[in-house]
Amino acid sequence: MTDVSLQQLSRRFGDNVAVRELNLDIASGEMVAFLGPSGCGKTTTLRMITGLLQPSSGDVLFNGKSVVDIPTERRGAVMVFQKHLLFPTMNVAQNVGFGLKMAGVDKKEINRRVTEILELVELPELETRKAHELSGGQQQRVALARALVVKPQVLLLDEPLANLDANLRITMRQLIRDIQSEMGITAIFVTHDQEEAVMLADRVALMFDGVLQQVGEPDAFYQRPRTTRVAQFFRNSNLLPGVKTGTMVETEVGPIELDDHVSADDGPVVLTVRPEEVRIADSSSAATNVVPAVIKSVIYMGTHTQLIADIGGSSWSVQAPATMTSEEGARIEFQLPKKHLWIVEDDSVSAAEEVAAS
Amino acid sequence: MTTDTKPSEAEATPQPYVDLTDKDSAGTRWVRRIAVTSIVVFIGLPMVTLIVWSFAFRWNFPNMLPTEWGGKAWAYVADDSSRVFEGLWNSTKLAFLVTLMAIIVGLPASRALGQHEFRGKSTIEWLLMMPIIVPALVATMGIHQIFIRLRLTETLFGVALVHLIPAIPYFVLVMASVFANYGTALEETARTLGANKIRVFRYVTFPAISSGLLVASMFTFLISWGQYVTTLLIGGGSFVTLPLVLFPFLSGANHANAAAISLVFVAPAVIVLIMTSRQLGRDSSVMGGFGKI
Repeated sequence: MTDVSLQQLSRRFGDNVAVRELNLDIASGEMVAFLGPSGCGKTTTLRMITGLLQPSSGDVLFNGKSVVDIPTERRGAVMVFQKHLLFPTMNVAQNVGFGLKMAGVDKKEINRRVTEILELVELPELETRKAHELSGGQQQRVALARALVVKPQVLLLDEPLANLDANLRITMRQLIRDIQSEMGITAIFVTHDQEEAVMLADRVALMFDGVLQQVGEPDAFYQRPRTTRVAQFFRNSNLLPGVKTGTMVETEVGPIELDDHVSADDGPVVLTVRPEEVRIADSSSAATNVVPAVIKSVIYMGTHTQLIADIGGSSWSVQAPATMTSEEGARIEFQLPKKHLWIVEDDSVSAAEEVAAS
Repeated sequence: MTTDTKPSEAEATPQPYVDLTDKDSAGTRWVRRIAVTSIVVFIGLPMVTLIVWSFAFRWNFPNMLPTEWGGKAWAYVADDSSRVFEGLWNSTKLAFLVTLMAIIVGLPASRALGQHEFRGKSTIEWLLMMPIIVPALVATMGIHQIFIRLRLTETLFGVALVHLIPAIPYFVLVMASVFANYGTALEETARTLGANKIRVFRYVTFPAISSGLLVASMFTFLISWGQYVTTLLIGGGSFVTLPLVLFPFLSGANHANAAAISLVFVAPAVIVLIMTSRQLGRDSSVMGGFGKI
């Protein structure tokens, strides 16, 4: 049982700041995902937790004690990479038993625990196989078993569900969650795939450009994104600027009424509603928050129809029923449900400036 | 790793190399026949000629085979005055020393080149190729002057140092590609599993690179084995290796002696070729470095 605390953690490579003053507390037995595009500093953060990389400043604490001076091999933070999973010259049993052998556990005990853990990951009777004789999914489970068998303080995973097809993803997710909660292991993984993050993690920590953007339970990133960039990373680029007064926002396309739970200062704001929450207005729908729009494209996606529409000069994406038929240039009315309306901080300008400055 | 489908599919395991022993298509069979024929014609037949020559006593045009046979050439090889055994012993010592030095110098260098990005890397790679581009004679002339001052001429160590110059590029190219292919993730995994750096090398790195190291070492051995000009210059003629014994015979009239010494000279190369052929076939990454030449 280990809780992990990252305090003002920073890492520079020359002039380039890979991770900037990151603060995060991870509870014992929790599973946290570091999410972000490649180069956002998530892998650097993970490597600092393992000790493979020293922080430029800041601290990493396990159970309240600093571990930055403890070398990787004695830190008990075990890493499972996504590529080059298994030691190629060893068989499955030797791979899984590696950590125990390093810890000086005697052979009988190693054999017993290896057999036990291979059953747990549902791979019994494969002890003598070599790595290249296993499928990708089997290799991934052996790598997981190899990490778990040493009862690590912290389990670190690099894109644990990448390279798996949709069905295997669900199975693997279940396996990881079951074992992790059964053994009460604190787990941290990195991924660039928001689906992978929300499927597996208790909490998600989203990073851009080395800076932590938002930390929270997976649904927060869909329902309550902090900024426009966060919303966009979670595939929501529906933005509508306006001026807020109380619970009303005056926009290009008329007044929009907000729910009480949306708190923001009065003044200029940016409204958003996720593509799957926007309704197509008909005679029976409520009269509030109905906005006019012009269809720009209609894409049939099988399970639904994706509409790209212009609302007051902004391009919106709307997920309509698969049976919906429409055509380019058609005028339509959307209803923005009160409970799904949210205000985001507009950081797209500052992001553009950052790019220009660098 | 390739995209996976189901865990039960053992067939999904990617084939690490092309296995020519499998049932081949007609095209593959032809490629193999041509390859085997080429090896026989270009390597096998000259060897046969050498063997025949070494036992020939009288062999004049237009006879297809010698008219008189004898073991005189082999008796000469075995005689101390021919200095063949002295040369054989010196060449062996030298080649082993050069190989050992190449491992000591080349292993860390190739690891750095294969696994890390750093400023000036392309310059270093270019410099490494220089011994292949610049004739060894030119470099050795300059080095000779310095070695005289350092009293390294006419010594085993001095000759070995000069042999390192043409050997290092091949050694480093092979090993850098082995290291690049192997990556750092496995070593890092081992570290997090509780292995210190020494144990990581012993249990993870060394087993993974050993076949590549064997091949690179054998290349180095053979490059040293074949050196003539550099040995002559730095060794000053008093450090006699097998090529130094052999070369005067090549322009001489005694073809039988030249053939016998040539066979002694080529024997290690054939042994090495047979020993490494399996490794070369298995580990395609070993040959990867040659794509850079």
